[in-house]
Amino acid sequence: MTHRIKLILAGASALLALVAAGPSHADTTLSFLIDNNPDTVAAAEALVAAYQAKAPDVTIEIEPRAGGGEGDNIIKTRLATGEMSDVFLYNSGSLLQALKPTQTLVDLSGLSSQAKVDESFKSVVRADGKIYGVPFGTAMAGGILYNRKIYQDLGLSVPKTWADFMANNAKVKAAGKVAVAQTYRDTWTSQLFVLADYYNLHAAVPNFAADYTANKAKYAETPAALKGFERLKDVHDAGLMNEDFGAASYDDGLRMVATGEAAHYPMLSFAVGALKQNYPENLNDVGFFAQPSDDAATNGLTVWMPPALYIPVTSQHAEEARKFVDFAGSVEACKIMVETNAVQGPSLIDGCDLPASVPPAIKDMLPYFEAKDKTTPALEFVSPIKGPALEQITVEVGSGIRQPADAAKLYDDDVRKQAKQLGLPNW
Amino acid sequence: MTETRPRSRKSPYPLWFFIPAAIIYGVLFLVPTVSSLWFSLTRWDLSTAEFIGLENFQQFFSEPFLVKGLVNTLIYAVTTSGLKTVCGLLLAVLLTSNIFARGFLRTLVFFPVLVSTIGIGITFTVMMHPTKGIINVTLETLGIPGPGWLTNPALALFSVALVDVWKGVGLATLIFIAGLAAISPDYYEAARIDGATRLQQFFRITLPLVRPATVIVVTLSLIGGLRSFDLIWAMTRGGPGFSSDVIASVIYKQYQAGFYGLSTAGNVILFALIAIIILPFTLWFNRREVEE
Amino acid sequence: MRSVRPYVTGAIALAVAAVIFVMPFVFVALQAVKSKSEASRLDFELPEHWLFWDNLIAVFKARDYQLALAYFNSTLITVASVTILILLSAMVGYVMQRRKTVWNRVASIALFMGLMMPPAVVPTIGLLQEIGLFKTMTGMILIQVAYNLSFSTLLYRSFISTIPRDLDEAALIDGAKPRQIFFRVILPLLKPVTVTNIVVQSIAIFNDFTNPLYYLPGKENVTVQLTLYNFQSMYTSQYNLLFMNILLVTIPPLIVFIFFNRQIVAGMTAGAVKG
Repeated sequence: MTHRIKLILAGASALLALVAAGPSHADTTLSFLIDNNPDTVAAAEALVAAYQAKAPDVTIEIEPRAGGGEGDNIIKTRLATGEMSDVFLYNSGSLLQALKPTQTLVDLSGLSSQAKVDESFKSVVRADGKIYGVPFGTAMAGGILYNRKIYQDLGLSVPKTWADFMANNAKVKAAGKVAVAQTYRDTWTSQLFVLADYYNLHAAVPNFAADYTANKAKYAETPAALKGFERLKDVHDAGLMNEDFGAASYDDGLRMVATGEAAHYPMLSFAVGALKQNYPENLNDVGFFAQPSDDAATNGLTVWMPPALYIPVTSQHAEEARKFVDFAGSVEACKIMVETNAVQGPSLIDGCDLPASVPPAIKDMLPYFEAKDKTTPALEFVSPIKGPALEQITVEVGSGIRQPADAAKLYDDDVRKQAKQLGLPNW
Repeated sequence: MTETRPRSRKSPYPLWFFIPAAIIYGVLFLVPTVSSLWFSLTRWDLSTAEFIGLENFQQFFSEPFLVKGLVNTLIYAVTTSGLKTVCGLLLAVLLTSNIFARGFLRTLVFFPVLVSTIGIGITFTVMMHPTKGIINVTLETLGIPGPGWLTNPALALFSVALVDVWKGVGLATLIFIAGLAAISPDYYEAARIDGATRLQQFFRITLPLVRPATVIVVTLSLIGGLRSFDLIWAMTRGGPGFSSDVIASVIYKQYQAGFYGLSTAGNVILFALIAIIILPFTLWFNRREVEE
Repeated sequence: MRSVRPYVTGAIALAVAAVIFVMPFVFVALQAVKSKSEASRLDFELPEHWLFWDNLIAVFKARDYQLALAYFNSTLITVASVTILILLSAMVGYVMQRRKTVWNRVASIALFMGLMMPPAVVPTIGLLQEIGLFKTMTGMILIQVAYNLSFSTLLYRSFISTIPRDLDEAALIDGAKPRQIFFRVILPLLKPVTVTNIVVQSIAIFNDFTNPLYYLPGKENVTVQLTLYNFQSMYTSQYNLLFMNILLVTIPPLIVFIFFNRQIVAGMTAGAVKG
């Protein structure tokens, strides 16, 4: 009896082995790591669906990860431990430089899609003359989302100076609404007032980026740079924030500005994509303006290049990954993404135009791009250093724990650590 | 039975029993711990280590948020240890006295010790939400304004400490119950006959005689408090800002940011902290016991 | 009159204990069976529909059955490391207690260090990478053994002092080899403390968050605690699923506890007081 069972088992396993050996080209599975913002997830899924339709022997598994500082650290750790997915999404600019791309990433200069990518993007994914990433999404800006209904009801107009902004805030507060939404559970959202102020900083001190990288200028010693921290403090001191700012999340912030609970939410314009996913009925109620300076003549947008797709050198499926990434950087893919999410700014791929109708928030942004000198890339794209603790420092300032001058000094120290770890000269 | 021949008898307790454990323990624990002393003096990125002397330690003692972590660690350890000891003893006294449902109560108190720390952390974070959390909502209905347990930087660390005590007091209680059980009832009898009050009995008899258990509870909870990471990470990640950072979370954050040398320096400091606090403490306590 | 007092104090104690110690668990259980909108209110109202199974299945299915994989991994790590741990620490505790050798002093100090000193994480990661055991289950299991060896060994050493040497001698006379004395005579007698040890170590290793966080990154190796932590960001607005997840993660140690309640208490107190 047992002998017979053994025979059957042997036969079955032999058959199984034969089947498993299968046809000569095996199916490939690629792992794709993205952040967990709803718009990213939607865009990624659309891309993957389109690609899998074209290449049926490839399966792509999407894995979302946390965003913000924790996400940065997940990326760094996975790269360091060789645990990275075949394709991953991550910021461009200085955050990319912190990953030591020439050592850790696959060179993508030879991809066919690179021909149509705008040079301004290529410059932020370049290291040692080679290109390491493919754009994911459009350019975006950092500024302030505002609720148009509240503005209409209270007869407010878009502020051109910081003083105007604070005046608007006072009126909103008097009307019983939250003036400025802050969401410190997701610590990365606390950085906006500081980072979006870079246009104003650049206008006042044009050489800041270069000097800062060469260890000649510091946040604490440059009054124009200190402004960003001071603005955050002003908002806190005037009592303009939502009661639960310490525990509110990015999702809460979006909800507040979309539904009219809050008048303002300082944020990057990729939030419009998230709004489209989660609050589509309120999409038209949200507008956008650049963070004003003290002077009405200096008013422009700080621009972020979109994140990019990268391939780690440790990937076991580099060839297939390259094909997918090439697709993602193509005009066709760009159009798919634009359809899925609201556009977040001008596109960086030649031939991928913006649709005729865009949400009001984006419409508000376009004039800045069309005019001359009304945009500046954010600091992290013109300097390789960004301290990892900024978001915690800005939470402290926004919560009233730390004074701006002190915070700026702290940030300078943090930046010094990062610069030394990167092995930059002059530090 | 006598052994007349002077040759050494082979011991029935083989020394090779030590070897497997020694290899695992030595390689995976002792070696890294010793090498951390070297790596804490370097700037390290896992492939190259550049010697920088005491710079990492200088940073730890000068950068405000690193110093804060150090200070917080001490506050956290002392607070949780103190509360666990006091509450544990009081609970143990209650649960060894003649009350109804004693066994059931003991189980109830010990329950949280066994549960996932992360689960507890998440649960209490939700319950402590400043506006929607059940704790503050209940306080509102009683007319008391609820504080920002985890959002007020002055309170965050203490809120986590409270949850830590909630979770760990059961173990302290258990150890104290065992310690109390070892005290002979004759002492109490004699005291009662002499007319001593309950309070006097507690301070003159219970407290001194329960010392062995007290030492164990204080030592265990101090070490645990100094090394604490899970709960703080689950509830606040060291925030808001840096106000609830402790050395263990600083070590993790520096590791994540890729500053491996700095992270290892943190380990060495924690190491030193525990040694400096626990060793003298244990010696002091043991000496007092001898004197008694 | 005096006989009422224990009942009154008991009742008060019970009520207070219920609020403090039981209420959070009730909270978790309640939210876990509610629908998404009901759970977002985070109150103590009873749910309209008991969605226990729906929520359970939803949580298990999430991210390609990640929770099921996590359960497998956590269980494997726990069972394997506890088994090795018990065996090795009993062996060491036995020889330390019985034999007079200079190695005892060395071992004592080494073990004492293990009780107090925090492991140096980054050097350990570096070491594991060199050996090729980083982010492997084997590596994790060995780490758990190494980190828990001190407590376990000292526990055994203390308990073995209660087993009379005459038994060893008797077995020797009967012609038993040293190895056999340990496995046939001593080990069975260690059962009470072994049971306690197994329970305590299993619960500790199953609930361990920090060590897998550092040494076991990667999707295939995910453990139950890590899954719970990660799902936090996924379930930002789905409290009912988050709490169902918490419920599922806290159940196994609870089951173990209910089964071994008496042994845990007895074993802990024995070790603690004898010291």
